[in-house]
Amino acid sequence: MFGAGGGTSAYVEAEDTDLLVLWGTNARETHPIFFHHVLQGLKKGARMWSVDPRRTSTAQWADGWLGLDIGTDVALANAVGREIIDAGLVNEVFVERSTTGFEDYRATVEPYTLARAQEITGVDAGLIRDLAHAYARADRAQICWTLGITEHHNAADNVFALINLALLTGHIGRYGSGVVPLRGQNNVQGGGDMGAIPAKLPGGYDLGDDVARGRFEQAWGAPISPKPGMHLSQIFEAMETGTMRALYCIGENPAESEANAAHARELLEGLDHLVVQDIFRTATAELADVVLPAAADWCEYEGTVTNSERRVQRVRKALDPPGSARPDTHIICAVADRLGHAWGEPTAEEVWDELRSLSLDWHAGMSYARLDALGGIQWPCPDEDHPGTPTLHTRLWAEDPEERGRLAPFMPVEHAAPLDVLSEEFPIRLTTVRILDAYNSGVQSGGYASPMRRRESLRMDAEDGAKLGIADGDRVRVVSRRGAVEAPVAFDPSLRPGLASFTPHFSEEVDINVLTNDAWDPKSGTSEFKATAIRIEKIGSEKI
Amino acid sequence: MTTVLLGSISRLVTVTVDGRELRVPEGATILDVLRDRGVETPTLCWAPNLTPINACRVCMVEVEGSRVLVPSCARKVEDGMVVRTDTEKVRHSRRMVLELLASSVDMDQASTDVQRWMVEYGVDPARYGPPAPPEDDRAGHRVGHHHAPDGSTAANVAQPVKVDNDLYVRDYARCILCYKCVKACGTDAQFTFAISAAGRGFDAHIATEYDGELPDSACVYCGNCIGVCPTGALKSVREHELREDGDWRPEEQTVTTTICSFCGVGCNLELHVQQGSIVNVTSPSDHDVTHGHLCIKGRFGFQHVQNLPDA
Amino acid sequence: MDLHLSTAEPTEAERRAVDSAFAAHRSPDDVPGADVRFPDSGHAARARRHILLPALHAVMDAVGHLTPGALNHLARVLSVPPADVYGVATFYAMFSVTPRAPHVVHVCDDVACAPAGAEAIIAGLAEDLGEEGEGKEACWVRSPCLGLCERAPAAMLQLAGRPDVSVAPAAIGGLRAELDRIATEEPGEPNRVPAADAAFADATVSVPQAGQPQLTLLRRVGVVDPESIDDYRAHGGYEALRRAVALGPERVIREVSDASLTGRGGAAFPTGVKWDGVARAPSRPHYLVCNADESEPGTFKDRVLMEYDPFGLIEAMTIAGYATGCERGYLYIRGEYPLATRRLEHAIATARAHGYLGADMAGDGFTFDIELRRGAGAYICGEETALLNSIEGHRGEPRNKPPFPSTSGLFGKPTVINNVETLYNVLPVLAVGGEAFAKVGGGRSTGTKLFCVSGAVGTPGVYEVDFGTTLGELLELAGGVRGELRAVLLGGAAGGFVLPDGLDLPLTLEGSREIGATLGSGVVLALDTQADLTGTLRRIAAFFRDESCGQCVPCRVGTVRQEEALARLTRGAPKGPELTLLDDLARVMQDASICGLGQTAPAAVMSALKLGLL
Repeated sequence: MFGAGGGTSAYVEAEDTDLLVLWGTNARETHPIFFHHVLQGLKKGARMWSVDPRRTSTAQWADGWLGLDIGTDVALANAVGREIIDAGLVNEVFVERSTTGFEDYRATVEPYTLARAQEITGVDAGLIRDLAHAYARADRAQICWTLGITEHHNAADNVFALINLALLTGHIGRYGSGVVPLRGQNNVQGGGDMGAIPAKLPGGYDLGDDVARGRFEQAWGAPISPKPGMHLSQIFEAMETGTMRALYCIGENPAESEANAAHARELLEGLDHLVVQDIFRTATAELADVVLPAAADWCEYEGTVTNSERRVQRVRKALDPPGSARPDTHIICAVADRLGHAWGEPTAEEVWDELRSLSLDWHAGMSYARLDALGGIQWPCPDEDHPGTPTLHTRLWAEDPEERGRLAPFMPVEHAAPLDVLSEEFPIRLTTVRILDAYNSGVQSGGYASPMRRRESLRMDAEDGAKLGIADGDRVRVVSRRGAVEAPVAFDPSLRPGLASFTPHFSEEVDINVLTNDAWDPKSGTSEFKATAIRIEKIGSEKI
Repeated sequence: MTTVLLGSISRLVTVTVDGRELRVPEGATILDVLRDRGVETPTLCWAPNLTPINACRVCMVEVEGSRVLVPSCARKVEDGMVVRTDTEKVRHSRRMVLELLASSVDMDQASTDVQRWMVEYGVDPARYGPPAPPEDDRAGHRVGHHHAPDGSTAANVAQPVKVDNDLYVRDYARCILCYKCVKACGTDAQFTFAISAAGRGFDAHIATEYDGELPDSACVYCGNCIGVCPTGALKSVREHELREDGDWRPEEQTVTTTICSFCGVGCNLELHVQQGSIVNVTSPSDHDVTHGHLCIKGRFGFQHVQNLPDA
Repeated sequence: MDLHLSTAEPTEAERRAVDSAFAAHRSPDDVPGADVRFPDSGHAARARRHILLPALHAVMDAVGHLTPGALNHLARVLSVPPADVYGVATFYAMFSVTPRAPHVVHVCDDVACAPAGAEAIIAGLAEDLGEEGEGKEACWVRSPCLGLCERAPAAMLQLAGRPDVSVAPAAIGGLRAELDRIATEEPGEPNRVPAADAAFADATVSVPQAGQPQLTLLRRVGVVDPESIDDYRAHGGYEALRRAVALGPERVIREVSDASLTGRGGAAFPTGVKWDGVARAPSRPHYLVCNADESEPGTFKDRVLMEYDPFGLIEAMTIAGYATGCERGYLYIRGEYPLATRRLEHAIATARAHGYLGADMAGDGFTFDIELRRGAGAYICGEETALLNSIEGHRGEPRNKPPFPSTSGLFGKPTVINNVETLYNVLPVLAVGGEAFAKVGGGRSTGTKLFCVSGAVGTPGVYEVDFGTTLGELLELAGGVRGELRAVLLGGAAGGFVLPDGLDLPLTLEGSREIGATLGSGVVLALDTQADLTGTLRRIAAFFRDESCGQCVPCRVGTVRQEEALARLTRGAPKGPELTLLDDLARVMQDASICGLGQTAPAAVMSALKLGLL
């Protein structure tokens, strides 16, 4: 956001805010401990709104629930923005002083009247208006989101649409106000911060930043291409076109986690060479030519991870890794060694200190000793006297234009419906949801005995079931444009008519990514997991 | 005069503790001050990550001007307050509270501090007579009624252990009714409200609705109740089994702080490892992310890194 | 909130009961959602919890016990977690979470009723219906004091589908006839309730002084028609309110302060100070709570006032609300007072219809209304902060103080809590002025005081005397002691004993304190040499064990150990160790319990031991 890829607020700010908008996130189940902070906020009197196609357990805490149709977030956000402008609730001082592009934004959202938004999103116009007014009038307000925003073909646009609302109202850069993307994995933030994003260097520097790149080149004694690499979706496209023939896959299980999984597996199988480095023998590892057994670094080695409030924290070794498993850095250094580069066997701290010497703005002040003493530090932390930065972008409120620095740009965006369109043949919208006691493709969470564990089922609305002659517990065949799976049905009151869901957690029971759409967002590279068009067939019916 | 610094509160008030005059931050509790000054004060229902519950009454101190003792955990300091912690009245109340508990509850698995306090305060639970036999259905007692005792045995809460799921056991023969689990399940952390105090008086107990089994309740197995239980009434099945088999060896356990491997919240985990195997997971109560509270995945989802001998 | 509900569904009757309680008590701006599949969410829904107790009553009134289906529906409509509903429901003795007969006879076996034949009634009922709590159509249970001591022995019929009624004096024959009649009558048959209430028509049974000209607090008892606001006005009703409005809130508080009026609920706190504190509290709204949860064994004065002069309480509450800036008052009355509840509900509705309650009621822009809340069988709810929790829909467990209710009370707002008798005193304070009021009695004991005289006296009942009257004079007023006096239990179960040589005790706060006793709630229970003093003490010990909320260790376990030690003593165990033990227990209960119940639970036992009565 404005040059810093991280949430703007510390968790504790959720306890001291006046209004929370949880948009496309069921944080109650997917980020339970963040939600503890939200609940403390509610206890103190904060209001909460939930924007989600499902009436989730999060929505059940909300003062208002906007059950929008899947993939209409931009239209809804634009209508909220338009209403805020229309009602004269824009924070004019902030917009004037700290942002750019307001007029373009105004022009873009102008057609998104409440009535039109109701038509597109299916949300009552009055509710949209209520949300707009509540958000704009709140003294402090936060918008939080997760995959309900980002697992779409227009993920980046969705994010921009929400950030625009924060700019419009000045709900950013102040304690208690901000925009908070909740990260799905324990180090998704840290991975990006360390440069595992095609266009970035470690420390958040753009590859195109010659000064920064030069510093890295000098430190590493090697030239770095200024041209961004490929993101995951591009990698699969390159495999499809045959320009990519070998893949080294670390800690990822694309054979199960990629959209249109059957196709992804074909591509993986078609590679000349596949190396998988993982703590498990995953479905992807089954396809590999070489499997490098890795230690579970979070408890079998040392290092750091970075959480959704940009807090860098230490992981430590509590157990010995099994068998011949080795820490990821050791494996990578050994591979480098075989390739003729003597990187030695640096300790985790030595690797970290190298990063600190290069990530001058964000990480330079975070010695292991300080991380230990302070229970983690939130970046930016440029030097060892710096306490870290719980709230980002406070500079935007500075009186002095120098101090205010680069202004925050509005990023006007248009609504674009999901690519996997509903039709007579595929009339039901399937979305993917995550549940409290399981995690992603289930390789980590499958091993413990959760008393809440239920068999994977197609969750759907009871009325839809009745129309199709399906009873709760019946087995059905679920067909999308890409494939079909079989599963039992469970009626679920959190889903409206026309909406169904699967979790991604139990691919051994139901391989749901056979159904999902691998069309991806050109700006972020994320696939459209959240919006699949399906039909549901009762097994044994004539339609098979 | 000594200055005690507790957190970032800036206004200071003057209090006298056991004859020593102290400048302490406004808003601190008496217990905050005592802990900061190293005055050991027994506590059972207090925890650093819970709002004061004020039910066990073991942390009582004398405050000048108050007819009765005051709970140091809940009472905030006031300017000019005179506190005494080592009077006969204070010692008597602490001894009696510990003794009443020990006479009615199995305290064997309470912390070593609690065991030590019982010795130091001279607790003698035997003087109330031999314990009455265990009861299967304590929850079935009619509210506000009981059978008149003859005094030959001491009523107590002995009852069978409840094992109704794979993750935790509820051993209410060890429950001192400190309410910590209720608060952790409720408004201090989890807001799931799977359990509440039910019944009244000596029959009051912690229960799900209709005293049902946990899998039928709202429980989401975050284990935050286990995390705050001071007497071993709530514990993981793993710990329960190890204890039953005589294999629970806290003195051999190492504790390593790391970060949970699941979602992106970044919860601190303390992995308790015994003989190469994780036997318990806790979280530091003073950490800003968790305040000591976890979810089911963080607390129990470690099976995938358990290096079992036959694996 | 994300409630977890079982699949149990309510019956139609249960659904109706809950829904109507919700409709009657919900805030006008809390509009229930249309989607019945989901409980409503958000702050508004979570603020419904205070309706829990009325809704539990509604289900009990309709079907006689609380099923899982009813509990689910309660949880869903009121946004209260099922475990919490269960925790609250199991706190109260009048509720049953297991199937129970729809007709329940609560038989008082407490200190006043036991010597008056309670056990004979119980024996008879046991013969008819079986063991305690058993029985299909009807059952009986023992009850702590029902507050009908002047008419001992007493019983209360708790009846699903019909109004509850008190029966006193009760006899096995009458109860049998009543149960037979109920079994055969149609629900809603019109004449039975008035018939049962008619037994209380003669006020002189409760107030032998009724009609005497010197009375102040009791002056209207037996004189006015308790169901007529016109008759009330014809006897000076609403003159005090008119005077209050003429004076303005600050002057009203000054008069109350000048009167040196002290709280009559037991703690004797200066009422003027309490009112002034709330009136000045910046946080809004302010609440008024009338504590009518009179449950101290041997106490019945508040009941008598409310039954025979209900409008007096409504007027007094209105004045208190006016003076302290409250728009809403809660009248929390114990669940075992069906007649007083009916009279007060009628009085509130009538006052509202006549413009004495509601918006702009004094024609002065002042809005005030009263909501009546029924307790459900929990002595502890007479403790002011437990009472607040009970109104809020939590278990009736006392809160830690400070903060005191005057700064953080009901719903966390500044709250005035006054006992019934205290509020009635406000009427004479305004009638004669604070200074004149203070001329009766002296010191902190100004005005007149009500005493509940029962036991071995000629004419039990509520007596009004000036502060300073001696205990002996009071006993004489009540027809003198029957037989030879052994001791007087003064102040109730939480009080202490006075021996025959102490009858010259002046009945004042100061006088009682001097001898280490308390006037408490005004109980004067005379025990003659025939009385079973040991039985009385064991009943008191059992009472405290039953009525302890269970929250704090000293009281929860201490009351159990006290009763056990007493049992051993009465079985002839060596005195030495038991007395040491009782003394140790008494000290921890007095010093370390959260609330007054625990602090006073050993009082009577210790008093008896000290005086050598055991």
